Amino acid sequence: MSLLQIKGLTASYGVSQALFGVDLDIAAGEVVALMGRNGMGKSTTVKAICRMISATGTLRFDGHDLHMLQSHKAARLGLGLVPEGRRCFRDLTVAENLLATSRAGPWDMQAVCALFPRLGERQGQISASLSGGEQQMLAIGRALMTNPRLLILDEATEGLAPIIRQEIWAAITRLKRDTDMAILLIDKTVSELAQVCDRAVVLERGKTVWSGAMAALTPDVSERYVGV
Amino acid sequence: MTRETTFNAVLLLGLIAVPTWALIMDQPFTITLATRAVILALAAAGLNIALGIGGLVSLGHAVFFGIGGYAMGILAHHAQSYSPLMDWPFVIEGTKFMPVIWLVASVVSALAALVIGILSLRTTGAYFIMITLAFGQMFYYFAISWSAYGGEDGMSIYVRNDFPGLNTLAPIQFYGLCLAMLVIVLIFSARLRKSPFGLALNAARQVPARLDAVGLNPVRLKLVAFVISGVITGLAGALFADLNRFVSPTMFSWQFSGEIMVLVILGGVGRLFGPVAGAVTFVALEHFLGGLTEFWHIFLGVILLAVVLFARGGITGLVAGKEASHD
Repeated sequence: MSLLQIKGLTASYGVSQALFGVDLDIAAGEVVALMGRNGMGKSTTVKAICRMISATGTLRFDGHDLHMLQSHKAARLGLGLVPEGRRCFRDLTVAENLLATSRAGPWDMQAVCALFPRLGERQGQISASLSGGEQQMLAIGRALMTNPRLLILDEATEGLAPIIRQEIWAAITRLKRDTDMAILLIDKTVSELAQVCDRAVVLERGKTVWSGAMAALTPDVSERYVGV
Repeated sequence: MTRETTFNAVLLLGLIAVPTWALIMDQPFTITLATRAVILALAAAGLNIALGIGGLVSLGHAVFFGIGGYAMGILAHHAQSYSPLMDWPFVIEGTKFMPVIWLVASVVSALAALVIGILSLRTTGAYFIMITLAFGQMFYYFAISWSAYGGEDGMSIYVRNDFPGLNTLAPIQFYGLCLAMLVIVLIFSARLRKSPFGLALNAARQVPARLDAVGLNPVRLKLVAFVISGVITGLAGALFADLNRFVSPTMFSWQFSGEIMVLVILGGVGRLFGPVAGAVTFVALEHFLGGLTEFWHIFLGVILLAVVLFARGGITGLVAGKEASHD
């Protein structure tokens, strides 16, 4: 049974329709890539899942109809979002950022610091003074501290130095290997997605146009819809 | 020890030393001034939780100050006139016992803060300020029209209320009681800001939308903070009424709400001892400049302007640096 079930999802920003029929299923423990060019509706889909915008169509998480829930209640079901642009709580230290959002479960401060040792070294540092890569690790750690069943990473490696990108991809690989957490990844680096994802879903103009095993994503499909 | 901790310790030791200094210098009036500063600091410490941690710019906190004052005034009035507060369906007598007065002041302030908060927190920014201001005015005019308790003239209480084991009419003992209350509230504030609730509230001030996405309801967090804040300011109101042995509708006035906010801004918004630094400075200016001219608020305005423009961490930030500021 799917953990997240989306069928025929549509959403609009005022009069501008952004999603025209997104279909996406994620099972527990599965790692899925949500792909597409800029402006094709990937982040809007994430916002709809997290109930940050209203949408129509089937949108269920673990059997619950997400349309019926406010965003904080949807998150409490086990949705962990790492948003585009990180948005750490700038006035709080690394430890405080993590504690502010923590919920009971296997992911605690120790586990997060084991995944990202840099955060462990900078626990007392104000998050505004972290580098972009460290802030991204903090954003992932903060989402993990809510002990989600589905972790959503929206452009988690965008604009980061190659060495930091490697660290983040290594962390995602560890999450896949060591936990039964489902992961939805939005990223433009197909080569890295191919190494970690089980399946891919491709959006074009707000609609699902391709869905299948990651290994089946041929270069022509990738080039046609993702541009790489 | 950080500079801020040192500054806080010096401030606290200074307050503890006031009675000794007043006795040595033979200036007992100083104790009453310091009591006023401590009670105002308590009121501002309440607002500092809503404003400093939660970012709630409330221009209606005088409501809670007034409720605390009137809780004391009404209960003491009925106790001194030997008339029951209520005789149907059951009899409720007045009291001059401070702990009971504080309990009533806290409960009524909490209920008022809950109702005001539920309605006000549906808005943000300028609208939140205006709604809290409107509530303040509603309570102010209600108190003016409440002739049973003095209306516009207010109400005098002849003898200060009692606290077990203390002679509250002795200025030093009443000062000690108020200072103890302030210390308890400051310890509570320090623990609150480091607790998961305090951290989440701080986060809600910074990026409310982000908090929603991690399963926390920023409005509920702010409502709880607003209620806690109201209770503390209500307690300060009860003590203030006991200090003056007088309550009047001015305790509800929007000017007083502004004054509490000035104390927080002057001392340092979000700083643990900011309200204390602000209140001590305010009362000192009021005393010394007020002795020179009745227009001393002009100088206060200039100082406030300088703080907002050049020292956004307030006096605490100016002395202790910016490391923990929330400006």
